[in-house]
Amino acid sequence: MKRLLSFIITVLVLAAVMAVTTPGLLDRVRLGLDLKGGFEILYQAQPSEQGQEVTRASLLQTAASLEKRANVLGTSEPEVTTEGTDRIRLKIAGVTNEAEVREKMKEPAVLTFRSAAPGDAPETYSKVELVGSDFVENAATIGRDNLNQIEISIKVKDKQKFAEITKRLLGKNLAIYLDDTKLSDPVVRAELTDGTASISGNYTVEEARNLADTINLGALPLKLTEKYSQSVGATLGKQSLDQTVKAGLIGSVFILIFMIGMYRAPGLIASFALILHTWLLILVFVFADFTLTLPGIAAFILGIGMAVDANIITNERIREEMRSGKSIMSSVKAGSKSSFRTVMDSNVTTIIVAAVMFAFGTGSVKGFALVLIVEILLSIFTNLYFARWLLNMLVKAGKLSKPKQFGVKESEISAL
Amino acid sequence: MRFKKELDYVHLSKYFYIFSITLTILGIIFLAIFNLNYSVDFRAGSNVDVSLSKNLTVDQIRTAVANIGADHEPNITPGTQRVTIRYDEVLSSQQDAALKSAITKLDDKASFEVNTVDTEMAKELARNAIYSVLLSCLGIIVYVSIRFEWRFAIAAIVALVHDAFMVVAIFSIFRLEVDLTFIVAVLTIIGYSINDTIVIFDRIRENLRFGKQKTYDDLKVLVNKSISQTIMRSLYTALTVFIAAFFLLLLGGESIKMFSLAMVIGLLFGAYSSIFIASPLWLLLKKNQKAKPKSKPAKA
Repeated sequence: MKRLLSFIITVLVLAAVMAVTTPGLLDRVRLGLDLKGGFEILYQAQPSEQGQEVTRASLLQTAASLEKRANVLGTSEPEVTTEGTDRIRLKIAGVTNEAEVREKMKEPAVLTFRSAAPGDAPETYSKVELVGSDFVENAATIGRDNLNQIEISIKVKDKQKFAEITKRLLGKNLAIYLDDTKLSDPVVRAELTDGTASISGNYTVEEARNLADTINLGALPLKLTEKYSQSVGATLGKQSLDQTVKAGLIGSVFILIFMIGMYRAPGLIASFALILHTWLLILVFVFADFTLTLPGIAAFILGIGMAVDANIITNERIREEMRSGKSIMSSVKAGSKSSFRTVMDSNVTTIIVAAVMFAFGTGSVKGFALVLIVEILLSIFTNLYFARWLLNMLVKAGKLSKPKQFGVKESEISAL
Repeated sequence: MRFKKELDYVHLSKYFYIFSITLTILGIIFLAIFNLNYSVDFRAGSNVDVSLSKNLTVDQIRTAVANIGADHEPNITPGTQRVTIRYDEVLSSQQDAALKSAITKLDDKASFEVNTVDTEMAKELARNAIYSVLLSCLGIIVYVSIRFEWRFAIAAIVALVHDAFMVVAIFSIFRLEVDLTFIVAVLTIIGYSINDTIVIFDRIRENLRFGKQKTYDDLKVLVNKSISQTIMRSLYTALTVFIAAFFLLLLGGESIKMFSLAMVIGLLFGAYSSIFIASPLWLLLKKNQKAKPKSKPAKA
């Protein structure tokens, strides 16, 4: 009686928890671009000038700058990640003017030093005096000047040219622009002949560091080439999502019907374990903040098909034991025990393949492999341990005493 | 017991060997002559999938996209409410935008999916795919050799490579498009078809513990018995995964159609090969082991 009660309570509580939380969980699953629309570009970064190398720092700076630009362009949730030594992956959802965004992204940042030309509005400067390539790469450093103010120094390549400019602009502003954004417009205080420009002012260390980084980025703009791109319209993404989820639901219902029809009571338990398995998988997705992509859903659905395997192996084995004339209690015990090793062996081999896919794959392949791995691990827990535990409780409670409840005909049982 | 009479699977496998070998040779010939029908994932270019709200003819689309400034004529494949426009060159973002606006003029509810891959990247993807397959095989060989013995490992790998190759061969013969998800499907088949094989091998190993098998016939009986003991499970499990994959193929999103198809084909071959290829092959390897001690002294 106690066992039956704990069986009923376990099932009811879990069912209630799943029913209440599922809608909220589904809303929180992060969808990939292929399901909600948007575009993804994989860039390869190359140095803008020959003989240079792409460094980790310059790659990170470029990535940071891409993210800034994406934010400036008003896109939602831009996602910028570096891959390997020279790649940057950019994901942007819900863009209306994709072509423009793509163009803006790829343009190398143009760093210019400008002075006021006749006719310029106050504090705007249009005469370009120096461009990014006039500076030594990664030349901007921060330090402190004689008055202990933060100072940014930049080395220029051509000392004479710089001396000429500073002589001409003595007492006037020499503004620093990145693309068309004015970063700073310091006043030239002396003719600089040693090839180093110093900018000092009331900067905080943070501001100065940012400015130096930006200048360095401008002076070493990595050239970006699109290596791979995928763009999905929002309608098409939604359509893919709906279709695939529907396919998955219908497939799953068929599998559940099959399991119950074939294995009766253990089939019912297996179905419950499968639903729990799916719920846990969604839970993992939400809490680990995984992105669900189309191949991910495919893995999800296939995984359900595969998770059933553990139950089929166990139940077939139990039935086999029963047919050989063993009692139900010992059939369940023997069946669970001898099927355990088989299930583990077959799961481990699948994990090996999934791990290889994860290690070698990119983008969607990685996502698929990850889902598969999580799914197999969950499946071992739900479809092996949990289902067996439930079945044992029912058997020990004496509720399963007829072979018919296992889908075994009396006539098939041979005398021991 | 469940089957009225036990089938002689080992004997039957002779015919299936012929079938598999024939299909393999056919596959090799097709691959050699026609190769695979690579999608943009492996062949540089741009692929534009358009989902339409009304029917447009190929000519309408061809005219509409004629002026986007592409060097090559696109390959247009119409479908119901869906058109695939394929360029052998990588479209620039301006050309991409021009194409979209041209088609939106014809159908303002059109929705697009554009995939572009450059040559270098495509080669890299293909290379990684091959590495993945090889490394997966290696991992499985090691695991199966540790858990079982090398004969099982060899037989399992042959069955597994057979399954993967059959899918590749069928895709080549029927000119089906191979994209990145195809590789995922093949890898999943490798991981899954080994499941089937392992289940039967587990049973063979278990049955080996009961009594001594002295002759080839003893072993043959044992293999037949092991297969018939596990056949229902093999069929049911193949059926359930097949159901899942089949519904994905039938109703799932367009971009995973080829994935689902590869899965369906691979699953069928996976179930088949573990019964008719892997187990009889193990028997063949085992038989030679038995024969060895006898022939040795005779030679000396």
